[in-house]
Amino acid sequence: MSVELGHFALILAFALALLQAFFGLAGATTRRAPWLGAARSAVIGQLVFTAFAFACLTAAFLRNDFSVLYVASNSNTELPNFYRVAAVWGAHEGSLLLWLLILVIWSAAVSVFNRAMTEVFIGRVLGVLGLVSGGFALFIIATSNPFERLLPAAMQGRDLNPLLQDPALAAHPPLLYTGYVGLAIPFACAVAALMEGKLDAAWARWVRPWTTVAWLFLTVGIALGSFWAYYELGWGGWWFWDPVENASFMPWLMSTALIHSLAVTEKRGLFKSWTALLAIFGFSLSLLGTFLVRSGVLVSVHAFASDPSRGLFILVFLALCIGGALTLFAVRAPRLKSDAGFAIVSRESFLLFNNVLLVVAAALILLGTLYPLFVDALNLGKISVGPPYFSVVFLIPMLPLLFLMAVGMHASWKHGKLASVRTPLLSMLAVAAVFAAVFGLWTYSHFSLLSFIGTLAGAWVMLSALIDPVSRLRAGHSLSPGIIAMSVAHIGLGLFVLGATTVETYKIEKDLSLTTGQSTQIAGYDFKLLQMEKVRGPNYDAIQSTVRITRDGNEVAVLHPQKRVYRVQTSPMTEAGIDYQWRRDLFVAMGDDLGNGVWSFRIQYKPLVRFIWLGALVMAIGGFIGVLDRRYRVKTARVAVAADGTARV
Amino acid sequence: MWRYLIPGAIFVVLIGFFVVGLSRDPANVPSPLLGKPAPTYSLLKVEDPQLKVSNTDVAGKKHLVNVWATWCAECRHEHGYLLQIASEGIAPIVGIDWKDELPLAQQWLSQLGNPYSATGFDVEGRTAIDFGVYGAPETFLVDERGIILCKRIGAMTDAVWQRVFKPVINNQAPDKAAMDAKTTCIS
Repeated sequence: MSVELGHFALILAFALALLQAFFGLAGATTRRAPWLGAARSAVIGQLVFTAFAFACLTAAFLRNDFSVLYVASNSNTELPNFYRVAAVWGAHEGSLLLWLLILVIWSAAVSVFNRAMTEVFIGRVLGVLGLVSGGFALFIIATSNPFERLLPAAMQGRDLNPLLQDPALAAHPPLLYTGYVGLAIPFACAVAALMEGKLDAAWARWVRPWTTVAWLFLTVGIALGSFWAYYELGWGGWWFWDPVENASFMPWLMSTALIHSLAVTEKRGLFKSWTALLAIFGFSLSLLGTFLVRSGVLVSVHAFASDPSRGLFILVFLALCIGGALTLFAVRAPRLKSDAGFAIVSRESFLLFNNVLLVVAAALILLGTLYPLFVDALNLGKISVGPPYFSVVFLIPMLPLLFLMAVGMHASWKHGKLASVRTPLLSMLAVAAVFAAVFGLWTYSHFSLLSFIGTLAGAWVMLSALIDPVSRLRAGHSLSPGIIAMSVAHIGLGLFVLGATTVETYKIEKDLSLTTGQSTQIAGYDFKLLQMEKVRGPNYDAIQSTVRITRDGNEVAVLHPQKRVYRVQTSPMTEAGIDYQWRRDLFVAMGDDLGNGVWSFRIQYKPLVRFIWLGALVMAIGGFIGVLDRRYRVKTARVAVAADGTARV
Repeated sequence: MWRYLIPGAIFVVLIGFFVVGLSRDPANVPSPLLGKPAPTYSLLKVEDPQLKVSNTDVAGKKHLVNVWATWCAECRHEHGYLLQIASEGIAPIVGIDWKDELPLAQQWLSQLGNPYSATGFDVEGRTAIDFGVYGAPETFLVDERGIILCKRIGAMTDAVWQRVFKPVINNQAPDKAAMDAKTTCIS
């Protein structure tokens, strides 16, 4: 019964989204305060009903209600409770419901924390968000209803995809979606600003923390996904340039550019139309990602069960949303004049380079991702674009970005005087160069130019990020959260670059066959296969091997990699055994049974691989510190609004 | 003024491509070569680059042609099963190492085991294109006269090998139930 209630609640949520869109947009145009109030109430109502629908679906999973098609397809009585909850978003229908729920939560947050902005503006923002959430609610109801009944009910469920039976499933999609969907806020704000024909510093100041929060969730979500792929897919890679990964990475690049462009708009009132365009692009790419993933137009390991009607719906929705926003942009953006200018050497121009390079990077990835589609659509055949393209092409904008970043952090607004920081910058460059050379030669005893450049760039960015805070502290100034945020986020990027460069250059991978009692050496470690045994998990059977790692006779670790077969879906899964330290991972994965007790193994030595995710986490912490800046709090913002001469309605 | 229209114009073109793309299934590559002679090839041999690998090596034998690469994760997944097929001795497997690096490919074969009677090094991907390959791995079944009988996109599975490829090799009808969208044979 509650399943029907959930379905009904979802339909009500859709109706409320339409009301929200109407009262928000019409209320703003006609300046009717009660209508604007109604839009805010509609948001809260929509939140209540969407959350209720979500709770109904979760309840159906928890009580194994196999009369619900979605539950029967993605759960099983043997599935642990924890995974039953996570299974709610384990496939297409439920994950869309999560998408909608998160969007509505964001909208509700906008309807509550908005005192720095005019009611009319907030009305427009909520109106646009209502259109987006209404479109998604209709999409779920019309093509992807998670509440569909299965009659007669199944006796047993088909179980959750074994790949997804991992604690990361509980966290990865919600985090990623929070970031993805959060980009709807700057999008709606940009559309609202274009409608008003006014996009000023107060606007930028208000949009910045929303963008940063969305960005930090996106950062953590992507990093967690990468970490999950690393230990779960069993081959020790951390990024595959799969279309779905690209779909999450492009909005990340775009929102990173947006954060920087917003800084210019806030501080200097420049880049107005550019900032609006980036805000539109950010959310467009996240919708585009949804289209690519759900419609089956591209081949991907993340394939959701695809259905042309779904693809068509999202495409129409995409065309309306993005097409509408871009049309509005074409009409209104010429009005957003920036009157100030800036010198060639100034923070503005460095941030412009930053923006251009990030957008180029996103465009190159978009090109590679869509290229198979273009070629196919033009009847030129079917092709696939893989890591050989992306890994090379991505470096082209990224390397200059890193070096410009190290310098640009120290340029001041309007007229940059780099003279005062020339000495510390150059000495840091020298230190970074020595470090990069010694690091390669001494630690890993061979030299590679690309890794030298990568290490140099990473180290220089990190050292350079410290110059400003250190000199301020020395001069007895206190540090504002803004300064700390910038330093921390850039140090995080430096850590990431260092980790990615090192692991890609100095990793050691060895595929070999082992039988009990045999051993092999990699990077000075001795791996010995002690035994193999059968073990039984709650819903799988596994062959588990015990591998002892020693170095110079001293035990380092004992690992238990497994090859699992999940009983319901009978697909084999590799559970890698990983011993981690901050400076390296030792990774042992079981391959195939070669007969007579011989198994193939994949053993890897991954130096600094943890820095990749650590770096992402530090970047996100930087973003978090930035959001704490006092000037984003209501009181100061209000004064600033008044100073800008923008009155509240 | 006109420059503000550029983003919208690019977007319209993209939407056009998506509309066409929607009506196609990327995993369902029509196989114009099914029932036609396999393309001729003559490639460096990965195991010994002094030698060549060509159609004539396997002329007169039913054999498999497997396209793989060391950068292809799915190929690694498939590799163990190919070793098993090779050990059955029913049909030799010719490998086409697609857009790869020679040392990596040699390392792969020496470390993972070599299921192939010979592997051709297709560095430019010409041979793979001739075969109509759009992604690795792909496996073709070629008969004594060099005619392509079956094609499998993606990793070879036990079901496809036992119930589709093997019957066709033995001149029997393949099990229709085991044929999914990624597996096609001449009827």
